[in-house]
Amino acid sequence: MTRIWGVLAWFAGIVFFAPVAWMFLTSLHSESDAATNPPSLLAPLTLDGYEEFFDAGAWPPLINSFSASIGSTIIVLLLAIPAAYALSIKPVEKWTDVLFFFLSTKMMPVVAALLPIYLIAQFSGMLDNISFLTLLYCSMNLPIAVWLMRSFLSEVPKEILEAASIDGAGLLTILRRVVAPIAMPGIAATALICFIFSWNELLFARVLTGVVAGTAPVYLTGFVTSQGLFLAKVCAAAVVVSLPVLIAGFAAQDKLVQGLSLGAVK
Amino acid sequence: MAVLTRERSVVDRPPPVPRTKYPKWARRAPLLPALIFLIVVTQLPFVATLVISFMKWNSLDPTNRGFAGFDNYVNVFTDPDLRSSVVNTIVLTASVVIISLVLGLGLALLLDKKFAGRGLVRTLLIAPFLVVPVAAALIWKHVLYNPEYGLFNGILNWLGFEAQPDWISSMPMTAVVASLVWQWTPFMMLILLAGLQSKPVEPVEAATIDGASSFQVFRYLTFPHLRQYLELGGLLGSIYVVQNFDAVFTITSGGLGTANLPYMIYQTFYQAHEYGEASAAGVIVVAGSMVIATFALRTVSSLFKEEKR
Repeated sequence: MTRIWGVLAWFAGIVFFAPVAWMFLTSLHSESDAATNPPSLLAPLTLDGYEEFFDAGAWPPLINSFSASIGSTIIVLLLAIPAAYALSIKPVEKWTDVLFFFLSTKMMPVVAALLPIYLIAQFSGMLDNISFLTLLYCSMNLPIAVWLMRSFLSEVPKEILEAASIDGAGLLTILRRVVAPIAMPGIAATALICFIFSWNELLFARVLTGVVAGTAPVYLTGFVTSQGLFLAKVCAAAVVVSLPVLIAGFAAQDKLVQGLSLGAVK
Repeated sequence: MAVLTRERSVVDRPPPVPRTKYPKWARRAPLLPALIFLIVVTQLPFVATLVISFMKWNSLDPTNRGFAGFDNYVNVFTDPDLRSSVVNTIVLTASVVIISLVLGLGLALLLDKKFAGRGLVRTLLIAPFLVVPVAAALIWKHVLYNPEYGLFNGILNWLGFEAQPDWISSMPMTAVVASLVWQWTPFMMLILLAGLQSKPVEPVEAATIDGASSFQVFRYLTFPHLRQYLELGGLLGSIYVVQNFDAVFTITSGGLGTANLPYMIYQTFYQAHEYGEASAAGVIVVAGSMVIATFALRTVSSLFKEEKR
């Protein structure tokens, strides 16, 4: 009986993974081999698709995406760690209300704020500017980061903190020597999840950026309309743009659920 | 209330070491930067949206700007395109969330069993969720759905079927839903798997010894325990999928009757420059989301209280 479940699970895993595997394989085929029916599985492999993708000016959008995602993640951590500290280790009064306020902002559809934010960018001359996008991504990820960091910081045992402060350790020493080592894996997972969300974002990037500050997802929208034989190139582009997310996601695999459910599920 | 808790803690354990080293405001200080930042960036724009929704404002006609009363709302509700986008949003969100919840539940139950290579299967199943949404939509559109050399028709050809359907034009909404179900099933699976693995083992063992069938165990023990995780997955999924823009934009470009509200708002504002109407539609999305969000917050809050106990 158990064997049947295993076979079924493997079958499901392969079906779900097939489009991803097919994307990798097609990205390594030549354009003419990529566009055959029935599909040619065993066609010779080539890196032409990747070469063409990078030659067509893919670097600037990738660099924009990296700076917006990494920049916003750093700012988010700088804002979220103190806030999470005040919500878990030394909880302020009414801390649950504050926590749920953070969460409620995440549940509002961002599309409703699109126009005012566009107008602000327009009036302040920040259209097509990657710093403005970075700032927006901060606000997008801050609630998630606060929730996550709180759930990680509350795993630091109160007894250790009290013992340290009885022994005369100051706030900074406690943070550095006691809290940081325990919370580090959590901080890393939070950072990876914030990175993924910023990296994936399309709507704001599409509306607020253009030729200068366009991000990788905006660059990908250039492939929405068909352009003759271009499947290998599309696949190469999709692989390259997805690679950072795949790496970050698998690195954070164990904490991914906690992050996606905003810390509600352990 | 505060007095009561303080008294109780004094009884429970020895008085804590100087906790009041910092005044009240200093203990709140670490919270303020994040709170202020978030209010300014996320709350003020909604107020602006609300204000603009009552204005007559098309950026192509800047002189003709003024108060419009409820005109924009009337337009939104009478415009057949906008009305159908409301319906599309509901259809899209409901079908994606329900189908991926059911599939996710099945996969989570499978992954909860012991078998060789379980970790690897889990990794394979997570992969779709880790493909950048635009990239995933592009792959579905060009590499899988393409009527001439897409993988789906290739497989049909392999299996000896004559039919070579044009998937996107013949079933546009299904095409969008299928690609989103593929991406969201892993999300549901992860949440439900976490729920399954937090389930206490003893009651199941006791029930099995007492002769309960595996269906009875699922019906009376596993399912009730999973209920709040199903709710959480459904609600979080709804919140994310209601806002979906990438798949609609990429696969159908809002055509063939698949435009949802986010796409419609994007188009009204970005292409038609109807700022007032776009804002009114935005306010409607917010109102709709608030209903889902209220339930979502309640579910999170109940899980949260359970954890604190």
